[in-house]
Amino acid sequence: MDFSLSPEHEMTRKMVRDFVQKEIAPVIKEYDRKQEPIPFMLKRMGELGILGLPFPVRYGGQGMDYLAWGLACEELEAVDTSLRVVMSVHTGLCAMSVFQWGTEEQKRKFLVPLAKGEKIGCGAFTEPGMGSDVAAMRTSAKRDGDFYILNGEKMWISLASKADLALVTAKTDLSSPKPSSALSSFIVDLHSAGVKRGDLHGKLGVRAGSTGWISFTDVRVPVENRLGEEGEGFKITMSAFDHGRYTVASGAAGIIRACLEASVKYAKTRTTFGKPIAEHQLIQEKIAKMSQDYEIARLLYYQAGWLKNQGKRCTRETSFAKKFATEASFSAANEAIQIHGAYGYSDEYDVERYLRNARGAMIYEGSSEIQTLIQAGYALGERMDKPLRCEAPAYDAEFWQGEP
Amino acid sequence: MKIIACIKQVPDSEAKVRAEGGQVTWGDAPLVINPFDEYAVEGALQQKEAHGGTVTALCIGPESAKEALKHALAMGADEAVLVSGSALNEIDSVGAARVLAAAIQKIGGADMVVFGRQTLDNGSGLTTAQTARVLGWPLLGLAGQIKVQDGSVTIERVIEEGRVTVSAKMPVVLSVVQSIGEPRYPSFMGIRKASKANIPVWSLADLGMSAPAPVVKRIELMNPPVNETKIEMITGETPEEIAKTLVDKIIAEKVL
Repeated sequence: MDFSLSPEHEMTRKMVRDFVQKEIAPVIKEYDRKQEPIPFMLKRMGELGILGLPFPVRYGGQGMDYLAWGLACEELEAVDTSLRVVMSVHTGLCAMSVFQWGTEEQKRKFLVPLAKGEKIGCGAFTEPGMGSDVAAMRTSAKRDGDFYILNGEKMWISLASKADLALVTAKTDLSSPKPSSALSSFIVDLHSAGVKRGDLHGKLGVRAGSTGWISFTDVRVPVENRLGEEGEGFKITMSAFDHGRYTVASGAAGIIRACLEASVKYAKTRTTFGKPIAEHQLIQEKIAKMSQDYEIARLLYYQAGWLKNQGKRCTRETSFAKKFATEASFSAANEAIQIHGAYGYSDEYDVERYLRNARGAMIYEGSSEIQTLIQAGYALGERMDKPLRCEAPAYDAEFWQGEP
Repeated sequence: MKIIACIKQVPDSEAKVRAEGGQVTWGDAPLVINPFDEYAVEGALQQKEAHGGTVTALCIGPESAKEALKHALAMGADEAVLVSGSALNEIDSVGAARVLAAAIQKIGGADMVVFGRQTLDNGSGLTTAQTARVLGWPLLGLAGQIKVQDGSVTIERVIEEGRVTVSAKMPVVLSVVQSIGEPRYPSFMGIRKASKANIPVWSLADLGMSAPAPVVKRIELMNPPVNETKIEMITGETPEEIAKTLVDKIIAEKVL
């Protein structure tokens, strides 16, 4: 067993870290306060190849593996969650689903511009009255010749107002007794007639992130934009979540690390009762817990990344990584505020932002409760991975790095 | 155009560098490419992009300095060469210049050799000029902009009084400053190339020379004196009384 990172992984980590430290860290507080996305963020992430990091060069990507993708997410979220969210929805939910389920033609048409950052993608699953409860989905897609007519509304969609394309899950079989076979997936051009969208404000955290709503009124979606077969939407959505959760898990490890580093720095310089607070055992306990949690979170997402590289299903392992890291990141941020005292409660320091940012990840991409049910299902033998028609491709360096 | 970028590996700028037993130590802080040399690589790559050719990154240092060379490769350099050996540990800037000049000749010469303005560790900024002297090539120092035309290099240097434009026939030795442009991040394609790169390591014997004896010796290395700061709260019954006490103390301390 080899736990070391390759030189490629180390250099990827350093490159992404340098980018966020130089360009994002100096301005993030300002945009978080204004509740506005950093205007140059998507463009820069595209130019630097970060948006297409884990895709083959022949599809416009950078040919790096799934572990490098996780490492990038950790570095991005160690500065701010809004950047990692882009990796979750653009790269994870949208582009990775096209890569896994798309035909060769769809990969050429949709994946290439997404991987190059020429087009921005998002994933539209959640609705005003539905999140985890897929059976309650109301958005419908009715076949009309060579088109589907899409109607409905999606809410809490990251990059809703910024994206060009959305992976949309909709009901194609309104009479199906089984929700899992009633759904289909579509790549929808958000510039189509009948699409309206807007931003949502007033979120607790990820305030520099773009979150919004999309409504579809008689939107004509060409049949060739359907991803997978009709009725495969549930499987596609669940596999999209496997990718998204992996980014959330690795990003949350970044929050824990950021809390740990901020707390260590502060604890060594702040003195009470005549000595640095780092010498007080109750402070040490908090720092030790963060340190331990970072290590566990890191190893859990490394494991998921390794399994993805092997082309093995890792819904269970990704669920462990996502639930553990998101809950531990919230706890780490909470304790980091405690260590910083009143200063931590103000936005003079970053730790209050870490706390606000960490909270959402216990809800989105499958809440902690849903993760618990998934894990219990596997442990009790009630849930087993069935082979998919299109499994997520294993990392094959030769194929991924080869020119078209 | 054949371009060589000379780089060095130094402790990270956030490292706490201290003197211990007459030696410099930076604890377990990471070693990185000298930040000023990233501008040298950037300047070299800009010229390659403008005029074609190749960029070779050249470094004197221990085996670990390959990491700094890999950074240059990941940024876009075509080749990298490390000159290494225990005899090189004690060389001064003249010695470094002699070794670099020999390595440049072994590479097959160049049209342009680019340095950063100084290194973060020694910081003398002398090696550029000394290398030019050993090679017998013109030196164009502290370039903020570089233009190549008809076999000549013209640079613009910002000085206190304005700007100076100077020119010389190639081959030339250059040093560049930050206004050359922010160093690019390594590309992912560059990262893949760099991580697989087999960087040749040349010894002094490969360069056909023995270790240059240092002409400058370091006599002493000391940490800066520690400033002891003391805080005293001035109290009093009235603002006037506090102000008077403060003024008395300022005068007593000879601050005014």
